[in-house]
Amino acid sequence: MTIPAPVASTSVEPLAAKTPETVGRSPGQLMWLRFRRDPTGIVSAGVVIFFFLVAMLAPVISWLYGRDPYILYGQDTPGLLNDFGYPVLPNGGMSSDFWFGIEPGLGRDVFMQLVYGIRTSLLIAMAATLLISMIGIVMGIVAGYIGGKTDYFIGRLIDIVLSFPSTLFIIAFMPVVENLFVDPSEETPVWLRAVTLVTLLTAFGWAGIARLLRGQVLSMREREFVEAAKVTGASPARIIFKELLPNLWTPILIQSTLLLPAMVTAEAALSFLGVGMIEPIPDWGRMFLRGTEVYQNDITYLIFPGAALLIFVIAFNLLGDSVRDAFDPKLKR
Amino acid sequence: MASRKDDTPREATAKGPSGPRSGPSHLGKQAMLPFITRRTLGAAVTLLIIAAVTFFLFFAVPADPARLACGKVCPPDLLEQARHNLGLDQPLFAQFVAWLAGIFVGRDYESLGHCPAPCLGYSFVNREPVFETILDRLPVTVSLTIGAAVVFLVFGLATGIVAALRQGKPLDKIASVASLIGASVQIYFIGTLALYFLVYQNQILQRPQYLPFTENPIAWASGLALPWVVLAIIFTANYTRMTRSTMVEQLSEDYVRTARAKGMSGRSVVMRFALRGTLTPIITIFGVDLGTLIGGAIITETTFGLQGLGRLSIKAVWDSDLPLLMGTVLVAAGAIVFFNIVVDVLYAFIDPRVRLS
Repeated sequence: MTIPAPVASTSVEPLAAKTPETVGRSPGQLMWLRFRRDPTGIVSAGVVIFFFLVAMLAPVISWLYGRDPYILYGQDTPGLLNDFGYPVLPNGGMSSDFWFGIEPGLGRDVFMQLVYGIRTSLLIAMAATLLISMIGIVMGIVAGYIGGKTDYFIGRLIDIVLSFPSTLFIIAFMPVVENLFVDPSEETPVWLRAVTLVTLLTAFGWAGIARLLRGQVLSMREREFVEAAKVTGASPARIIFKELLPNLWTPILIQSTLLLPAMVTAEAALSFLGVGMIEPIPDWGRMFLRGTEVYQNDITYLIFPGAALLIFVIAFNLLGDSVRDAFDPKLKR
Repeated sequence: MASRKDDTPREATAKGPSGPRSGPSHLGKQAMLPFITRRTLGAAVTLLIIAAVTFFLFFAVPADPARLACGKVCPPDLLEQARHNLGLDQPLFAQFVAWLAGIFVGRDYESLGHCPAPCLGYSFVNREPVFETILDRLPVTVSLTIGAAVVFLVFGLATGIVAALRQGKPLDKIASVASLIGASVQIYFIGTLALYFLVYQNQILQRPQYLPFTENPIAWASGLALPWVVLAIIFTANYTRMTRSTMVEQLSEDYVRTARAKGMSGRSVVMRFALRGTLTPIITIFGVDLGTLIGGAIITETTFGLQGLGRLSIKAVWDSDLPLLMGTVLVAAGAIVFFNIVVDVLYAFIDPRVRLS
């Protein structure tokens, strides 16, 4: 750590311990106090919020910018794309009219594709993260707290799920899950593809977090405060919600912060492989797929989604680190 | 007692007599064999469940492999014939049992004759034996994995140790920034950028391709150099971070302080004591990574156009080629399960405190 430690204090974070207002703060408030002092955390939180704002305000941005993500500008207006379908202007056709250039072939606006693409990616990733966390929490706590046969079966289930070659399975069983809802001869609606994707990402994602929480609960079950609660006759529900869960929020929050960018990249990877979102829905993974097809002639089209995804994931990873440091200052990176 | 055996890890013997808790917690050969047996049985059950799930889910897919095999214009009697040839007219459970039995005792086909013992059936599409097809592609994926693994393991450990010893110094900061970027970047992005700038624009590296190691080791290595480097960039990050954080922890442990106080040199403290403790978490992630890479470097192989197991499995999915899909899934899951066991066994050797329960 770069902060020079003043006087060796007992267990509380030294800086916070000095100020009188620390007294009587909840762990959440303490965490916030520490988080505010971490410049990396603030900056990365800012970047993350920026991405969320862009996703939410996509229609407003589209209206201000004057372009639509679905219109094929390059095909409607002659002189933008050459005979091979590549932008006439250098650097992927970047200009004051098309800030990030024009998509080769279809001729859509890259900036708008990117802005609307965040929406798709974030919505799917957030839904998957939420579901994974919920299922992971329930399974982890149930296994760890009840123990015995239940623990054994959940443990084996976790082992099996973690042994599945998950990417391959998601690719193979996208059509299966879709088939459950829609007649194969009909066109699959977009929302259904998204739901399918979320379902499959969840099915293979929950085991990791469940295993982690199970371990935490197992080690906590024997601790004095849980014993005390049991002795005083607290119900299992009370022990789980009032004794165990408050102590689990830190790992849960840290895991979810790291899970969200992982889901964004997983979704992008699946679309890159051709099984995620399909035309004409704007999506980052689909841009990568197209980008890797045309990169020898138009590298710009690949660089924008690549750089955007990189910045997003870095910001989220840094945020995850800062959140962890803020919750537990004893844990050093 | 473990200390009787000559090949017990040295630490166990050294600590054995002194500690009051010596005895059942120590690793002996007699504990290892039942442990491996138990884990292998568990792995077999896991693989069986995965195979069954794959098999039965496959038939929920809307595509009909018989119709695909039969061609575009297909009269009902020919369709029936195709279905019979593929064995799809049997009850589902019988088909699964036949597939399973084929692995252990081989299988006889009406049209294709006998398929010897590890028989994974014949591809629905080109009627080639699946086992041979997989054996044919396996070297590509294994070469990709081994080369990359050597680079990222060595490089990750080295940078992690250096960063831990130079905490807060510029080198540590550079390593942490580099590993942050490495951990956040995507193969299809930097892989394609590398292809563009290093191969097509400047011809610094060769276009990725697989050539057998046995024919020409140099051509083998130079053909895979780019994928190795790109995979290493992505994977090193994790190892650097993990090595650094565990090393920092280890360096403040009591036994390291004791060794220092005895007057051991800094280098031997790091190499003999701290590194040993650091290896445990590293081995865990290394096992997981190896399993995942061998099982399906799907994205890497797609990015670089290498025809390994990953591409093969994708092809099986697109073609609704059940035997090929079953084969690739079995190999992929098998790799993951196998390396899990290897990791647990290595654990016990490196860290004598681990109990094989």
